[in-house]
Amino acid sequence: MGRVSHAQEDVISQFRMALANRELLGNLVLRELRGKYKGTALGWFWSLLNPLAATLIFSVVFGAILRVNPTVGADGIHNYTLFLLCALLPWNYFSGVVNAGMAAMLDNANLIKKTAFPRQLLVFSASVSLFVTFCIEMLVLAVAFLLFGADPLLWVVPTLVLMVLLALFATGLALMLSVANVYFRDSAHFVAIGLQVLFYATPVIYPITLVSHVSPDSLVARLHIDSLYYANPLVHYVEAFRDLLYDHQIPSLTTVLVVVLTAASSLWLGWTVFTRYSGRLAEEL
Amino acid sequence: MGDIAVEASGVSKRFRLYHERNQSLKAAFMRGGRAKFDEFWALQDVDLQIPVGKTFGLIGHNGSGKSTLLKCLAGILVPDRGSIDVHGRVSALLELGAGFHPELSGRDNVYLNGSILGMSKKQIDRQFDEIVDFAGLETFIDTPVKNYSSGMYVRLGFSVAINVDPEILMVDEVLAVGDESFQRKCMEKFADFRAQGRTVVIVSHALSTMRTMCDEVAWLDHGHLKGVGHPRDLVDEYVGGSHEDRVVDDGADPVGQPTRGARWGSGEVTISSVELLDAGLPTSHVPTGAEVTFRIHWKADRPVREPVFGIAVHTLDGVHVTGPNTRDVDLATGTLEGAGHLDLRVPQLMLTPGTYELTAAVFDHSVVHTFDHRDKLFRFDVAPGRPRDQYGVISLGGSWELASDAGSST
Ligand SMILES: Nc1ncnc2c1ncn2[C@@H]1O[C@H](COP(=O)(O)OP(=O)(O)O)[C@@H](O)[C@H]1O
Ligand SMILES: [Mg+2]
Repeated sequence: MGRVSHAQEDVISQFRMALANRELLGNLVLRELRGKYKGTALGWFWSLLNPLAATLIFSVVFGAILRVNPTVGADGIHNYTLFLLCALLPWNYFSGVVNAGMAAMLDNANLIKKTAFPRQLLVFSASVSLFVTFCIEMLVLAVAFLLFGADPLLWVVPTLVLMVLLALFATGLALMLSVANVYFRDSAHFVAIGLQVLFYATPVIYPITLVSHVSPDSLVARLHIDSLYYANPLVHYVEAFRDLLYDHQIPSLTTVLVVVLTAASSLWLGWTVFTRYSGRLAEEL
Repeated sequence: MGDIAVEASGVSKRFRLYHERNQSLKAAFMRGGRAKFDEFWALQDVDLQIPVGKTFGLIGHNGSGKSTLLKCLAGILVPDRGSIDVHGRVSALLELGAGFHPELSGRDNVYLNGSILGMSKKQIDRQFDEIVDFAGLETFIDTPVKNYSSGMYVRLGFSVAINVDPEILMVDEVLAVGDESFQRKCMEKFADFRAQGRTVVIVSHALSTMRTMCDEVAWLDHGHLKGVGHPRDLVDEYVGGSHEDRVVDDGADPVGQPTRGARWGSGEVTISSVELLDAGLPTSHVPTGAEVTFRIHWKADRPVREPVFGIAVHTLDGVHVTGPNTRDVDLATGTLEGAGHLDLRVPQLMLTPGTYELTAAVFDHSVVHTFDHRDKLFRFDVAPGRPRDQYGVISLGGSWELASDAGSST
């Protein structure tokens, strides 16, 4: 591999570079946020309307028709929609980041081919801008909990920490997929199928007790599908979100460990893969 | 180290030419994870040292690797071998593009591009008016750049690139676009840059400009560095050598450039070569106003009655400057057989400085049938001379006279 060093003599100019990159990240985020709903009549409102519609559909289909029985949460809350949203909002963020990461390089081909800047920023900016929307949605959810008589105030800080960990996990994956999608343009199709499987393999629309309480001689148990089920890190993320928001309890040590370790390793792996393969982006695009 | 702005040692760049345009996972799996491609070295073992404060030019035929080298220096491409050291803040403007986002307005793109080039928002705020003013785009600055013409695009890109206060400016083939007045503004800006002791690395086809502007040039040939030196010597050598292998070069050009050097005709009379003579000596470099001769060498195996000869001069942008031929002036060529030459004597070459391409052709007496047409077979450079006009394509050779009208001043 060849080496390119745009040498900066002193610490001050290095600091200036870092500062400049922060501004660039800010600009890219603003561009995403402004560009996303530009030209649509309802503008920003769409960003809340989409999850609202999904919530309505799932509530009707799984809450009212299929009668999925949510667990009883803190302060005696027993509400499918709130139960659903604790997992659906993090899931939406996760899949949003993965999808945006897939598109990040292809959508910015012109920028990559003509200018030099750390290409990671394109993935970061997608993930940060979606995080802004995620925060707003979570705020709305917190207000909903208040209206239903549960007070989530104590749990805001741990939830924020968990949101950041989820962001790191998703961003690491997105970094990997963003370059993969340049070298193999059909990666997007595989990821679309993967996300669909993952959605049902994660306790978003149903309580995890449905899986954890299967009888030992059922098909699921005999094929060890349940242990496979727990290999999905998102199960632990979603459970942690529910623990904090719905049940008002600290997640189990295993959950915390899994979440922290997967977040760190995903980011590390994503970063490594990205730096390894991003050198040829400008010519492959 | 203190006086070297950019240093490349042993830089090689390899491109992959894929057999299928888009690699698919399925295909990769079926081949056992190995994508199928050929390798092609666009740069091989290039060593360069660009001193601080110098204007440095890159010349070479199409596909010789100039843009690739510039992109490597700018950090857009990563070389496969060798190393590049850059000391100072780089601002690069490549071919027709500044990396603008088509959906965003000119204003948003200025900020985005500025921050990519390492400027803070405050700095851009301060420079913004100057950037827009220089580009001459006040009324369009809030229009999405996808609606810009290529000239507007380049103007804005150039304006951002130079106004971000770079220590090293890299420019690729941009001067060819844009109108005359914008080009002049750019040249002035380059001169300012030079005076301020900044480094400029430039790729251009305008060889006469390169000769006058650059302190040093490097000549790339098929990815190899053929030489580095004084622009006068190197440009002359390049121009002198380039028409010999032009046809071969361009035929093999993998980018698929427009078929330069194309040839067609039935061959009763053929044109074996064309020369530009200055004071009786072949050259490819003449000053404006020189007395020159265009000499067409012809061959005819059997007698051919009254053929019509003509030449055409084009600028590199394809503007047809002139097309003198023997029929328009009722020159009787008689019956030709064997070999010989035909001279077009030009008492004063009224072309302004720049690079031009010469096409020669021979037709039958009715100018319906082509015997031999040799498209752009010769390239020549016109340097500043007398008349000293430099804008446009031709000089009118006029002289200015100033007078006061009676009674208009007291
Ligand atoms: N992304 C790419 N993939 C494959 N080949 C490329 C790519 N970019 C340039 N090349 C090839 O590399 C060679 C050098 O190109 P370039 O640097 O653009 O030449 P120049 O600017 O001197 O005309 C050409 O043969 C061109 O086809
Ligand atoms: Mg080029």
